[in-house]
Amino acid sequence: MAEFAVEMQDVLKQFITPEGGILSAVNHVTMQITDGEFFSLLGPSGCGKTTSLRMIAGFELPTDGKILIRGKEMSQVPAFQRPVNTVFQQYALFPHMTVEQNIGFGLEMRGVPRAERSKRVSEALEMVRLPGMEMRRPKQLSGGQQQRIALARALINKPEVLLLDEPLGALDLKLRKEMQLELKTLQREVGITFIYVTHDQEEALTMSDRIAVMSKGHALQIGAPEEIYERPANKFVADFIGETNFIDGVVKAQNGATIEIEWVGTGTICVESSRTFPNGQQVAVAVRPEKLRLNTEIKDGNNLKGRVEDVIYIGTDTHYGVRFAGGQKVRVREQNVMQGHHEMVHVGDEVSISFTYESPRVLTE
Amino acid sequence: MLNFFRRNKGWQLFGLISPGALWILLFFNLPLLIVLFISFVERGRAGGIKLPPVYTIENYRQLFNACASAFSGPECDSFLYIGIFGHSMRIALVVTFWCIAVGYPLSYFISKQKPIWRDALMILVIIPFWTNFLVRTYALKQVLATEGLLNSFLMGLHLINQPLELLFNEFAVVIGLIYGYLPFAVLPMYASIEKFDHSLMEAAADLGAPPWRAFLRVMLPMTLPGVIAALVLVFVPVVGAFITPDIMGGGKIEMIGTLINRQFGVSRNWPFGSSMSLVLMLMVLIGVIAYFRSSSEETRRAM
Repeated sequence: MAEFAVEMQDVLKQFITPEGGILSAVNHVTMQITDGEFFSLLGPSGCGKTTSLRMIAGFELPTDGKILIRGKEMSQVPAFQRPVNTVFQQYALFPHMTVEQNIGFGLEMRGVPRAERSKRVSEALEMVRLPGMEMRRPKQLSGGQQQRIALARALINKPEVLLLDEPLGALDLKLRKEMQLELKTLQREVGITFIYVTHDQEEALTMSDRIAVMSKGHALQIGAPEEIYERPANKFVADFIGETNFIDGVVKAQNGATIEIEWVGTGTICVESSRTFPNGQQVAVAVRPEKLRLNTEIKDGNNLKGRVEDVIYIGTDTHYGVRFAGGQKVRVREQNVMQGHHEMVHVGDEVSISFTYESPRVLTE
Repeated sequence: MLNFFRRNKGWQLFGLISPGALWILLFFNLPLLIVLFISFVERGRAGGIKLPPVYTIENYRQLFNACASAFSGPECDSFLYIGIFGHSMRIALVVTFWCIAVGYPLSYFISKQKPIWRDALMILVIIPFWTNFLVRTYALKQVLATEGLLNSFLMGLHLINQPLELLFNEFAVVIGLIYGYLPFAVLPMYASIEKFDHSLMEAAADLGAPPWRAFLRVMLPMTLPGVIAALVLVFVPVVGAFITPDIMGGGKIEMIGTLINRQFGVSRNWPFGSSMSLVLMLMVLIGVIAYFRSSSEETRRAM
């Protein structure tokens, strides 16, 4: 049987709210995280991602369910004995210690002699590209440097699993992008399982091998980035990851994998789906703005007429708002491949909107 | 006139500082000089000083004298005054230790409560200040008395057969002082602990530190400024205390404070009282400075 780095089995975590109610921060979540994987917990604030991480670290105990690390049940193992290390959101570096003492803290607790400790600390500093910083204090470092020290302090202990709680949240955009790539590279080099909490969908897509999208304590979908993006399981995932047009419609007929859906007042479209729907079922058709073609009719696909309501030029792309005859509105994204491209379509123009049968997702919830 | 102050920053500052500075100069520094003067002159027969003043260092010599004739008659009591100084220091250390040992967990407990409870509990700590110190000490005396609350209670439960001797001994003095000075320890330590970021304890646990090691290595050093403040705020007044030892000790427990008090009262020896006051002040000053010197590096780091 395959042994997972971390396994959450039907984990429930309830808190008493200040008003005296019960809040299920994590609501019967089950997930398996494979060894060596870069796994992200993605969701808006309050979705239960940080609580899940804190339960794996041992700072919180599940109300019900089990957490296993390397196949070993963790409910009786206190945080300080778990084979995991955490990079905290605000880094939580010890302000009264030097960088060397901070990074060496884990080794010190394990009784590693001073000489070896000091050698491994300088190696760890090399790894995060901050050599020679041993005698500094956390306060004397920039946010990005503190972040690297926090990373070194955790990784030096060679944990089975590294837990990262929005570690890049406090950094500015440019530094964050740099650190994303660096973290990903580092993870490949050291081969340690990373569990990464973030609310930034782009960050999760960039770095992760797999993502668990969470909302209101539930894990809505777990899968590889392209799976989550291309085949979202429900409206929340489709909406949270990237931008999506939702157009409500009614199922008219289904022939094998092809479903005919009526958009009232606009027309009937065909969509391919592996699921079956009863006739008359209300569905939402989810289609990404970049999958819609403007004034480029395609043979095996849906071609509809609409009127341009707005044109927004944003540098790399131009966004168009187009309304169909039945009142449904979609956003279309076109890359500005040629200069002046966006000037060819104006507000009020009648345009055609085209998309393939495969590009939309039919969702009911 | 107003324009003068408005234009001149230096004079503006002077104008702001001078009332307070004047107060301290007039009512603290000047009297201290008077005390210094009195400590170097001969005593008057009925209190006060001999006029015209006769200069002497006898008042200081007497303090280190093996024969304490001025106090207990002609027989030689080996280093009586030095002994009382040492004894006072010991009592003050014991009291300071317990104030910190009891106050630290209490401060920690309060800091961990919800904000509304925190404020309520801190008010409970401060409330005793609103009652007169003497009244509080007499109240405690009633609790510890032979026929007092505690003895009656323990006898009622048949835990003891005869009342415990809880009053008029060193134990009573120590209890009375801890009772009186605990809030002085709680306030600064609470201020330090409340500022402490508890996620650092999680970080320590995460890195493999058991709770007690995390406390010694992270929380204690970071809250040390509060502990040092508590130490100074309790030790300094306790070492010179005289009301509590007088009431709780029933005149049997001699501390520097009671001794000095007596010089200005029944013994009518102002110069000797003055010299003792100054020596006490000097000792405390040296102690406090030495402590800050040795710990200032650590303190600065923790801040």
